[in-house]
Amino acid sequence: MAVRFVSSNIISSLGFSTEENFQNLLLAKVGIQTFNDPLLYPSPFLAACIHQAELEERWNETNQKVVIATRLEKMLILSITEALSKTKIDISSSRTAILLSTTKGNIDLLNPIESIDPERLLLWKLGEFIGHYFGNPNPVRVVTNACISGVLAINTAAMMLKGERFDHIIVVGADLVTRFVVSGFMSFLSLSQTPCKPFDRDRDGLSLGEAAGTLILEKTSFPEKGDILFAGGATANDANHISGPSRTAEGSVIAIQNAMSEAGFAAKEIDHINAHGTATRYNDDMESIAIQRLGLSESPVNSYKGSWGHTLGAAGIIETATLIESMKTDTILPTAGFHTPGTTEKLIVTKEPLSKPLNTCLKLASGFGGCNAALVLNKK
Amino acid sequence: MEALIEKLKEQIIKQLNLEDITPADINEEDSLFGEGLGLDSIDALELIVLLEKEYGIRIENPKDGQKIFFSIKTMAEFIQEHQKK
Amino acid sequence: MTPQITAFCHIKKNQVFLNGKSIFSAGSEVDMREFVKSAFRNTGTKYPKFFKMDDYSKLGFLAAEVLMKEVDESTIEDKSTGIVLSNNHSTLTTDQLFQDSIQSDEAFFPSPSVFVYTLPNIMAGEIAIRHHITGENAFFVSSAFDPDWHTLYINQLFESKKVSACLSGWVEMDDQSLDAFVYYVEEANDQRDESMQHTVEKLNNLYKINDK
Repeated sequence: MAVRFVSSNIISSLGFSTEENFQNLLLAKVGIQTFNDPLLYPSPFLAACIHQAELEERWNETNQKVVIATRLEKMLILSITEALSKTKIDISSSRTAILLSTTKGNIDLLNPIESIDPERLLLWKLGEFIGHYFGNPNPVRVVTNACISGVLAINTAAMMLKGERFDHIIVVGADLVTRFVVSGFMSFLSLSQTPCKPFDRDRDGLSLGEAAGTLILEKTSFPEKGDILFAGGATANDANHISGPSRTAEGSVIAIQNAMSEAGFAAKEIDHINAHGTATRYNDDMESIAIQRLGLSESPVNSYKGSWGHTLGAAGIIETATLIESMKTDTILPTAGFHTPGTTEKLIVTKEPLSKPLNTCLKLASGFGGCNAALVLNKK
Repeated sequence: MEALIEKLKEQIIKQLNLEDITPADINEEDSLFGEGLGLDSIDALELIVLLEKEYGIRIENPKDGQKIFFSIKTMAEFIQEHQKK
Repeated sequence: MTPQITAFCHIKKNQVFLNGKSIFSAGSEVDMREFVKSAFRNTGTKYPKFFKMDDYSKLGFLAAEVLMKEVDESTIEDKSTGIVLSNNHSTLTTDQLFQDSIQSDEAFFPSPSVFVYTLPNIMAGEIAIRHHITGENAFFVSSAFDPDWHTLYINQLFESKKVSACLSGWVEMDDQSLDAFVYYVEEANDQRDESMQHTVEKLNNLYKINDK
């Protein structure tokens, strides 16, 4: 039995489909820009937001049911709808389940919006709303584990497919750029004054981004040549500090080791690593240490966050969806914002697109609470 | 200065939720971080907020925090210096 | 082999129960937040950081502290012990607290030490630091404690050899009440009580054991 990825969608500052986002990332386009909106933050700040008018237009085109939804719910529904439209999967089947990944959900409902049930602030209510919209009979499981939520949700989906109950899992994730999140990261002095520069010598913080993403996983006994398979995944905790990453990369090392051992691959077989790469000093140094400690330093590394920012609960999903496209086209994407190396341990960070056979790749994520996650993808 | 130091001790205890610690337990020259009061990096960020909220002083470069927040005394000196301006 | 529950702790209605027996209580007039603090002091653990945590983390941390006194910590395999928690409200009351600090432009003082606790898995991070647990982590949100999901997820972690033990449970709180049910699961072993298998039925049963 194998688990393969059959469809995906990405809605971000760089477009409304996986293909559009992939093309823009290939050109190292940057969706991060300056916002001067006192409702979001009292002074100007940088972020990568979804194009508002286009989101509304697509929503009006797609939503035939005259449902009143929040911005986040529109993103989630549009993302699932587009990913689903490329498959024949029956979302109303009891053999299909939905897994939602988000850190803060409808957090903007702390200031109630007329005609929206304020209970949808609760993440399980949000999940229920999405499940009902699509007529899915199963409870929508909600994963909320800081910035590893997306990768953890994919790992969880693969695990669910190992059991007997399901044939398909739809993993969907989203988070907004809100006053809540911007103020929080500002108070942590974590936001860069310029579009973020992952792994760069001069990096000085992250850029926030807004996105929704969907990945559809399928159980199959007969994977076909070229299929991208879920090979292994794991999470681990640094047990060190609730906001700062471990100086020894302890948790990340354990997560990567366990994911690789489940997948059955050795370090020399990893063709490419898509890192978390938030562009904070500590995160990127920590990842360089983990990669070095595990003998993975020869694998080219990149981060997509220089293009669409840190999209929190969506990050693991849209980045894995992009990594899958990367593997299908045997092309490692550039790291927007990266110019000069400058991490504790030396890494090969891609500045330009790089053609290379990509059979086995690693995806990393880390977050507040000392959590780390890794997953391994393999091309059949 | 004495009064400011006492007030600061109380504000820090309250802001940082230092349960079971009284102003008398804090020596104004002891280091706030590491061995002394054992504050950590999140507390340091919280002290920046405290200066802004209670004294209207904004620290532009967070790296300056290390010197300013060395002890209650250095903090008080910094506040006195910047409030005069 | 189905893994086994080797200890469980309940905290609700100003009472702390360990393996079904009441070990600490406070009158119903005591504020629930004060109750959590005095229950923590009662464990005898000196840990000043406890008092800096938000209400959710305090509750989860307290439950874990009581529970882990039952576990021989020298037997903990750091890397293969997991923490899997869930609740209903994520961190809603802490979210509201942070929102209050940013609501107006005039009194705009976002607090980093409140913000960091607006993620429910911070609770797992605090427990991990205290007991040096570095294995699998997950936090899920559901409308009520869901034994079906807990057994499905955790038993699968055991089966795939990702954990050999797991601290798990439900740590829920809103403005009016709190409800923690935290338990420890270990690999099946002949010497243990056979009736304590990590099954839906058993969890349902244990979760309600202290209801009167």
